[in-house]
Amino acid sequence: MNNKVYNNRAWLLVLPMLVLVAFSAIIPLMTVVNYSVQDVLGPNASFFTGTEWFRTMLNDSALQAAFGRQIMFSLIILAIQIPLGIGIALIMPKQGWQASAVLILITLPLLIPWNVVGSIWQIFTRGDIGLMGWGLRELGINYNITRNAGDAWATIILMDVWHWTPLVAMLCYSGLRSIPEAYYQAARIDRASKWAVFRYIQLPKLTNVLVIAVLLRFMHSFMIYAEPFVLTGGGPGSSTTFLTQSLATMAIGQQDLGPSAAFSIIYFLVILLVSWVFYTTIMHLQKDKNSQGGV
Amino acid sequence: MAEIILKALAHTYSANPTSPEDYAIRQMEHIWHQGGAYALLGPSGCGKSTLLNIISGLLEPSEGDVLFDGQRVNELPPEERNIAQVFQFPVIYDTMTVFDNLAFPLRNINIPGHRITPKVEEVAEILELTPLLKRKAKGLTADEKQKVSMGRGLVRDDVSAILFDEPLTVIDPQLKWKLRRKLKEIHQRFNITMIYVTHDQLEAATFADKIAVMYEGQVVQFGTPQELFETPAHTFVGYFIGSPGMNILDVRHHAGEVIFADIPLPIPQTFVDAIANTKSSNIKIGIRPEFVTVHASKREGALPARKRQVQDLGTYSIVTFELGGQAFKARLPEGHPEFGDDIYLTFDHDQLGLFVDEYRVEVTS
Amino acid sequence: MSYQLENTQQGEKYNTIFSKVPAAERRKRHSRSRLRKRLLLGTYIVLLVLPLYWLLNMSLQTNSEILGSMTLWPQNLTFDNYIGIFTNPSWYMGYVNSIMYVVMNMIITMLVALPAAYAFSRYKFIGDKHLFFWLLTNLMAPPAVFLLPYFQLYYSVGLFDTHIAVALAHCLFNIPLAIWILEGFMSSVPKEIDETAYIDGYSFPKFFIKIFIPMISSGIGVVLFFLFMFSWVELLLARTLTSTDAQPIGMIMTRTSTASGIDWGTLAAAGMLTIVPGILVVYFVRNHIAKGFALGRT
Repeated sequence: MNNKVYNNRAWLLVLPMLVLVAFSAIIPLMTVVNYSVQDVLGPNASFFTGTEWFRTMLNDSALQAAFGRQIMFSLIILAIQIPLGIGIALIMPKQGWQASAVLILITLPLLIPWNVVGSIWQIFTRGDIGLMGWGLRELGINYNITRNAGDAWATIILMDVWHWTPLVAMLCYSGLRSIPEAYYQAARIDRASKWAVFRYIQLPKLTNVLVIAVLLRFMHSFMIYAEPFVLTGGGPGSSTTFLTQSLATMAIGQQDLGPSAAFSIIYFLVILLVSWVFYTTIMHLQKDKNSQGGV
Repeated sequence: MAEIILKALAHTYSANPTSPEDYAIRQMEHIWHQGGAYALLGPSGCGKSTLLNIISGLLEPSEGDVLFDGQRVNELPPEERNIAQVFQFPVIYDTMTVFDNLAFPLRNINIPGHRITPKVEEVAEILELTPLLKRKAKGLTADEKQKVSMGRGLVRDDVSAILFDEPLTVIDPQLKWKLRRKLKEIHQRFNITMIYVTHDQLEAATFADKIAVMYEGQVVQFGTPQELFETPAHTFVGYFIGSPGMNILDVRHHAGEVIFADIPLPIPQTFVDAIANTKSSNIKIGIRPEFVTVHASKREGALPARKRQVQDLGTYSIVTFELGGQAFKARLPEGHPEFGDDIYLTFDHDQLGLFVDEYRVEVTS
Repeated sequence: MSYQLENTQQGEKYNTIFSKVPAAERRKRHSRSRLRKRLLLGTYIVLLVLPLYWLLNMSLQTNSEILGSMTLWPQNLTFDNYIGIFTNPSWYMGYVNSIMYVVMNMIITMLVALPAAYAFSRYKFIGDKHLFFWLLTNLMAPPAVFLLPYFQLYYSVGLFDTHIAVALAHCLFNIPLAIWILEGFMSSVPKEIDETAYIDGYSFPKFFIKIFIPMISSGIGVVLFFLFMFSWVELLLARTLTSTDAQPIGMIMTRTSTASGIDWGTLAAAGMLTIVPGILVVYFVRNHIAKGFALGRT
């Protein structure tokens, strides 16, 4: 919308929201910043430490490892979920009761509390009572997520794919639905192959929703906590310990206020940075494409 | 080469059609000759787009046959029918350049690149798209986009018919006539059958040699613009073509006279006889506003009527008058004589039409 | 061919291959590709439902059957696990608590997000772009970052272990999300609608409630769906800000794990029950959801 009116009274409409978000974001964030530069020994005993906690955290090898695992995890699930989601959206029925039924079924995993998702997969993959664990054992496959880090990783990725691919699929599905029928008709008359229809009609229309999908999936996967915590507890060893779990252990478990606050800030900044880089890159690419065609 | 024949064609969207109202296309026969410029004219919802989609193969007719040069093509999908279609809203491939858009149908059938380039350039030249060839199709204006989608039909040398589905809907008025002229030019140059769907009679008349008027799922008349105007085959054609449309009077025969709302009409004896011999009770007389003459004073054989309104439209005026409790119109040339509220009408007897059960009946004199 | 472009050689036809495919063969191909699609989708749905089915299966079994042998469906169908949950207040209050803070959050979020989104979609004002960007950054904030400060903040203002505390905490990500989605939907409503309404003598509140909100109702439906979704599934904050009175069901579920082992049947039944509200919500918005998932931005 380019024809917005300049009117500072619009602030009045924004104000209630601002008060609330300030209460739930700014004040807590200030607390975090405050802690990150102090060493709190007791209720009235603290001293300024400057950037010391930040340095400690950045040099912490356990955190570095968790960070590496986190990046790895996010990249893997994006690589699986985005193409898979597009594929599912393409084969979903477009009308009738089947469309509604498929829609409801596919959305289900998104509405299950995250810890319950962990529980479902914990049950499902157990060798003694779980269908999948039992099935794999019957097939003679040695599968144990509490001992084998590879199995644990594979299971967490499978769980995340199960849990979140529906979001990508739904976004793509609604993107596809916005394509007018005439486009498909014209493509038939032009004798376009299925691949050409996908490449030149469907994919271009999906760019917008795919940007949203990648951003949302990156953000959420980067903050994953409850599901792996319930499923593997971060193990075996620390092979599936991701950043939020490290932070939660430090902040709540060990009450290390200073270090965990410093960690929090670094964590937040990393997500912001990655999202920003990603967003501007895509926008830049799109602008490039358009300006080529521009006057 | 395509002579397109529709044989006993009917189409319905409902699974168990019971009444004629369930049909989008009622049973019809029609022939589109090779190389003609045709228009398919009718109000929205009359089935013209359905008919177009049946011809292009996007829809399979539920009854009857579609023949291309004598060959039944009912089941042939659009990609195998040698036709091209231009849609109401321009369909272009956003991410491609204009060149790639035009080359797309050729690349899809694996034509080598060195053949594509001259072909695309030639078509671009004709459509005046040459300066735009390297541009992204996304940034084009609506009329340029429509030209590109037309061009995709023209590059294919197997296309023998192009179907247009209200292609000028989204085009700026000042560009409409330009594009329409371009269509005409292309038609003359290529000898392609063109079928142009529209609800605008002016558009139809300026584009087409022959117009098929559709009404409630049927082609009620197929003729030149002049025929549609002078001898409408159906009351709907009379009413729909012309501006304003034909005056239609519901009449009956009584004691040697033709009566409209208790008024005996001054019409030729041949009409009176023809009406007297008609069994149906649905009898109508039609007269175009152009052929109604308004007189200021009483005279022999003139019908008294009451003036309601006069609309001065520059080169002519439209007079709305009341006759037998109904409103009718007359179209008078510039500089017509003045008259008061009480007026007297005469009809040009050669231009009267007789309609029985809504269809025209020829009255021989 | 009755017309000829210069660059086509006489008599050449590129498309002969096409018209040679008989109709029956083509139909077969068409229906085969349809079948393949259905098969793939069916497989995906089965894989999707299988873990859920397994949970349902276990929730209808006794613990001895669960642990005793591998049964693909309940041999001795029992509803004891569900009855146990519905008759024990410490269990079912978990659901009540969760639903309470989710609904509170939806109401609060909508009340502040609707006017704010309207402001962003219709007006320019000092700092609008920065404010919008800052809002979106909150969407990216890991809840874990706020664990400790929230705990301290709500403890100090006496809101610890209340529903409103969780509802407010979830505003952190839900308000930005709601504003973002609503702004998309509102921007697609032409501005002329507003102007016409003002000319017709509507006051802003009257216009907003009577005309504008109904126009973006599918957007609102979708936003409510997302608000429910993210508040209902979140546990980290909800669990940190509560202890007994407002404890969410997700936390109560951990009780099934005791020193004497895990009460699998009850865990499964409790898990099944957490899915039910989701099913209801998605059923109500099923007709808007396909459109709305694009967040008003296609």
